[in-house]
Amino acid sequence: MSNNQTNNIIEEELIPPAEPGFWKESWYQLTRNRAAMAGLIVIAIFALLAVFAPLAAPKDPLEQTISARMTAPFTDGYILGTDDLGRDLLSRIIYGGRISLIIGIVSVGISLVTGTILGMAAGYFGGWVDRIIMRIIDIMLAFPYILLTIVIVAILGPSLMNAMIAIGISQMPRYARVIRASVIAEREQDYVLAERSLGTNNVELMFRTILPNTLAPTMVQATLGVGEAILSSAGLSFLGLGAQPPTPEWGLMIASSKQFITSAWWIVTLPGLAILVTVLGFNLLGDGLRDILDPRLRD
Amino acid sequence: MIETTTKNEAAVRQEELLGIDNLNVSFHTRRGVVKAVRNLRLNIKEGETLALVGESGCGKSVTAHAITRLVPMPPGVIESGIIRFRGTDLLKLPDKEMRALRGSKISMIFQEPMTSLNPVFTVGSQIAEVFITHEKLGKKEAFAKAVELLDLVKIPDPGKRALSYPHQLSGGMRQRVMIAMSLASPEPGLMIADEPTTALDVTIQAQILQLLTELKARVGMALLLITHDMGVVAETADRVAVMYAGHKVEEAAVEELFANPRHPYTLGLLKCQPSAPSNRGANRLSSIEGSVPDLLTLKEGCPFANRCENVKKECLSSFPEITRISENHEFSCHNPVTGSGDPR
Repeated sequence: MSNNQTNNIIEEELIPPAEPGFWKESWYQLTRNRAAMAGLIVIAIFALLAVFAPLAAPKDPLEQTISARMTAPFTDGYILGTDDLGRDLLSRIIYGGRISLIIGIVSVGISLVTGTILGMAAGYFGGWVDRIIMRIIDIMLAFPYILLTIVIVAILGPSLMNAMIAIGISQMPRYARVIRASVIAEREQDYVLAERSLGTNNVELMFRTILPNTLAPTMVQATLGVGEAILSSAGLSFLGLGAQPPTPEWGLMIASSKQFITSAWWIVTLPGLAILVTVLGFNLLGDGLRDILDPRLRD
Repeated sequence: MIETTTKNEAAVRQEELLGIDNLNVSFHTRRGVVKAVRNLRLNIKEGETLALVGESGCGKSVTAHAITRLVPMPPGVIESGIIRFRGTDLLKLPDKEMRALRGSKISMIFQEPMTSLNPVFTVGSQIAEVFITHEKLGKKEAFAKAVELLDLVKIPDPGKRALSYPHQLSGGMRQRVMIAMSLASPEPGLMIADEPTTALDVTIQAQILQLLTELKARVGMALLLITHDMGVVAETADRVAVMYAGHKVEEAAVEELFANPRHPYTLGLLKCQPSAPSNRGANRLSSIEGSVPDLLTLKEGCPFANRCENVKKECLSSFPEITRISENHEFSCHNPVTGSGDPR
């Protein structure tokens, strides 16, 4: 290998044209995935309605008009009709969306934070730390999901906040598993060793070097988790373990009006439809994200 | 952080940058104990390039990892030894001080530039991170310094390239980024390059080696170059240490080693070079017959005995003592090659 000829050769590697960054590329992929885009639009509509609920709702969700009980949709200016106490159903559904989205985000936040810390510790340190954490996770996974949630609510007492905590805790194991699996894969990568050789400490390695590389599967799990948390909270409220009346919570609305299913179908059906559409939106987006964030499934 | 207590040590410091004495590293695996590095003695002077040569699994990389204390433990164990860096024993340093040394005084570049950069951050921010960690610089200032370094390693349009993600760069560019990263320090003392050119194609290899040599002189750091390519050694190194199965079998100044190899393994390595005169016009490259012994089943005696052409009785029973034939040439062999002359 003679160096003399190559001495003066200036760098001749071609500079590739600036490629779009990660977010830009992902956004492009998202716009091309119709199902995910539909999910995103549904979520965006519900989110906007939730944020601007006082402006969007035509009436006070708690105001009872006894004279207008069980008005059918599209009569007397009630777009979606009224419930058994004469409360405007559209307003209640809009305010309910606020609660549902908060529940989804808070409980996923709880499980994401705890799951990330546990999964990261288990995957990064391995050995006995891993064994202890994962056996606890296994025990939690051995309980049926809804049963575990009910048990936790029963211990904490029925309220909306406790329902969120319960859902967060019972969803946590799956985040811990997902993150542990990706951490184990990333831990052995050369860039981790390289960064260690530059004097980075364990905490920085875990949360600044490795964590961003495990975000893709976690984001998918979290998006799907929001839908599921909304569904579970509706379930808990239906059972009387979540939101308490007169809170306009979708599950609670179904529960308190189930006896009218034959006489005034809209009181039961419309909140149910709202749950369906929101959860469907999150699931579509989550499934789409799985395809978008996995480079192997990109074209 | 580096203290000098006696005048003696200060005198040593001027000469010696890194001194390894009697280093033993083992890996405790399910199948048994693998002694990856045995009784290693090495030293690197300030500003010098030492090449560590040998085939896969001979302990080169383990030595490098031992210096930076990055040997995975478990299963790795540093059984004994001293690694002095400017008078401080690195093996006795608390973790925190060792971390402060890594990346500032001792840095490492790895074989695989394709996977040695974090895929989710721009290369500029990854270099800047080193400044932020070690010098507590602000983000903007660190990033500006990162761009300067990219310029130093001759990346065209460094301001723009600093904003690129690793996957947007070619292998050679990434290795340049790795080099820039290892230079991200006010006074780098030792750079360990673990087969820095193995994953690159030949023209880029030459450029990277050229760059390393240039930077070394400019920054005034020493280089521990780990390689299995004798061509690379001839071009860049001042001194060469040849390792075989965990032992250092020969060490000499580079011209001396090429002109007068004494260990049969060194001679074999030199003969394997396509440019060696014995290969000229030949149909097949010469090679060293046989293969490296399993480190698990290694017995007393010279580990090279099973492949050696002039093996003797004592080769099988005891490992040869180090023979020093001059100030800058030593080897471990019972029956050294005598016929001098350049095998090339």
